[in-house]
Amino acid sequence: MFRFVLGKLAYLVPTFIGITIVAFGFVRVLPGDPVLLMAGERGLTAERHAELSAQLGFDRPIWQQYLDFLGRLFQGDFGTSLVTKKPVLTEFFTLFPATLELSLCAILVATLVGLPLGIFAAIRRGSWFDQISMSSALVGYSMPIFWWGLLLIIFFSGVLGWTPVSGRISLMFYFPTVTGFMTIDSLLSGQDGAFTSALSHLILPTIVLATIPMAVIARQARSAMLEVLGEDYVRTARAKGLSAWRVVGLHALRNALIPVITTIGLQVGTLMGGAILTETIFSWPGIGKAMVDSISRRDYPSVQGGLLIIAALVMTVNLLVDLLYGLINPRIRHR
Amino acid sequence: MTSTTTEIEPVAATGLRAQLSEFWHYFSVNKGAVIGLWVFVALALVALFAPLIAPHDPIEQVRDALLMPPAWAEKGDARFLLGTDAVGRDILSRLIFGARYSLFIGCVVVVVALSGGILIGLVAGFFGGWVDTVIMRVMDVILAFPSLLLALVLVAILGPGLTNAMIAIALVLQPHFARLTRAAVMAELPREYVMASRVAGAGKMRLMFRTILPNCLAPLIVQATLSFSGAILDAAALGFLGMGAQRPTPEWGTMLAEAREFILAAWWVVTFPGLAILITVLAINLMGDGLRDALDPKLKRS
Repeated sequence: MFRFVLGKLAYLVPTFIGITIVAFGFVRVLPGDPVLLMAGERGLTAERHAELSAQLGFDRPIWQQYLDFLGRLFQGDFGTSLVTKKPVLTEFFTLFPATLELSLCAILVATLVGLPLGIFAAIRRGSWFDQISMSSALVGYSMPIFWWGLLLIIFFSGVLGWTPVSGRISLMFYFPTVTGFMTIDSLLSGQDGAFTSALSHLILPTIVLATIPMAVIARQARSAMLEVLGEDYVRTARAKGLSAWRVVGLHALRNALIPVITTIGLQVGTLMGGAILTETIFSWPGIGKAMVDSISRRDYPSVQGGLLIIAALVMTVNLLVDLLYGLINPRIRHR
Repeated sequence: MTSTTTEIEPVAATGLRAQLSEFWHYFSVNKGAVIGLWVFVALALVALFAPLIAPHDPIEQVRDALLMPPAWAEKGDARFLLGTDAVGRDILSRLIFGARYSLFIGCVVVVVALSGGILIGLVAGFFGGWVDTVIMRVMDVILAFPSLLLALVLVAILGPGLTNAMIAIALVLQPHFARLTRAAVMAELPREYVMASRVAGAGKMRLMFRTILPNCLAPLIVQATLSFSGAILDAAALGFLGMGAQRPTPEWGTMLAEAREFILAAWWVVTFPGLAILITVLAINLMGDGLRDALDPKLKRS
């Protein structure tokens, strides 16, 4: 197992170096003077330009600039935002809990709905339940979620007036940040109605962000279950006269879940992409919206840092999924 | 695929016809796929004949008909079936012209990503060794970024616009094709027919493109369909974020971006463009499912 983990880690090193090169190179290939782009100052004199260039290291050979960049990364220096003048890493940690809360809720909902849907669809293959749930899954899979979010706002916020349109909590409430998760912090604050407010802000974004993962999980669960149900050991179990529930629950489900768990883990990338759109629609103050804002404000250090952190995050989660897969499926580990 | 069989025309023709009819047999079992195909054909016709079908010019602004609701709604106007937007443009006409953009985006992106991916995947799979390692690590790096985020950043580099959005999306989708091609090539390389061709003196180019590639096409076709719908979704998302097609282009995502401020005042400006995206993407995905079932020998028995 230890060697398996080491092997996986070694495999990641080149990819991670590649990511740093992309993030480093991003600023170089932008049209325009990198000094002006990274310093964010307008109308520079020649001296100020030279001074900034030296300060930012642009006067040195490119490979040395890259090594400097790497060195700063290892010291936790991801650059400074041009807009807020705060370190990118600090900014990231303020914004990340919002995205994490939303993503966790979304993947939870997607799994809790998608998994049973797919499994029952497979068991009752060809039934109306199978057809309806798989048609819905395909619609969900094809959904332009930015439009879906707007529709939900029109209906639930506009017509019914049930949910707020944007933000994480009503402005009436103020309490210190403890975990960064608005639902938990509001409970801790003990203020009346704070939790309900946080929850009502969370519902629509969660549905929107969960839509595509839910569809993917349902479809994957169905096909994995169908495959397992066709295996010899399931037929043997049936032939032995075991009850249908025992066959499905004990023999089939456990094996069908293995690829599904991987699928769930691999939704992190989808979630991060979806977060960009979902957070933009609902003005959710997370990293997805921050990335879009940074791009349109030409806050390139923030874009560079964000790109790096998000890619590293997605990569790490994918690695964990890989390891988990090895843990629950020994055939992979010993290969 | 047809050009490889010119010398033995008659046999090849029936072979191809037989293949096609077998394909259609499996494809048409899937009712959804057939529906998807017809919807897609209809959309393609609408796109093709847009100037003839559209009742209005897509960027013509009718000043006395701003935010007009659909014809069947109260205060609707029969001139504008699906209503007008905030500057008095006919939504139906804009949607009809928008079909051109979406299908065009899908085609261009898939062609670029597919040809790039096939080339890269063939080289990686065929040559192996360090060439393979380097190429596949680069693909891993591209895949490590969430695709929409990478496309956004690429557009930030290249500058907002439809062409740049298409380039960015093609670049982001391309590694999937490269990986598939490489895997298929590595599965085919040790086969006897490849060896036979090699012994017969076929050059590297011939081996790659004529001997091996035609036998790797099935998964690529399925992936191409998925990428087609993915490209339309991503382009619309970029348009929605203001980084894709620019106003007043009647691209569906861009239309949604313009409509955003009116969502609570005029539901129709938001509803119809999104519905058009959903129907198009759904039709293509239905086709994709049918193609997968028809082309994947493992699933044929079921």
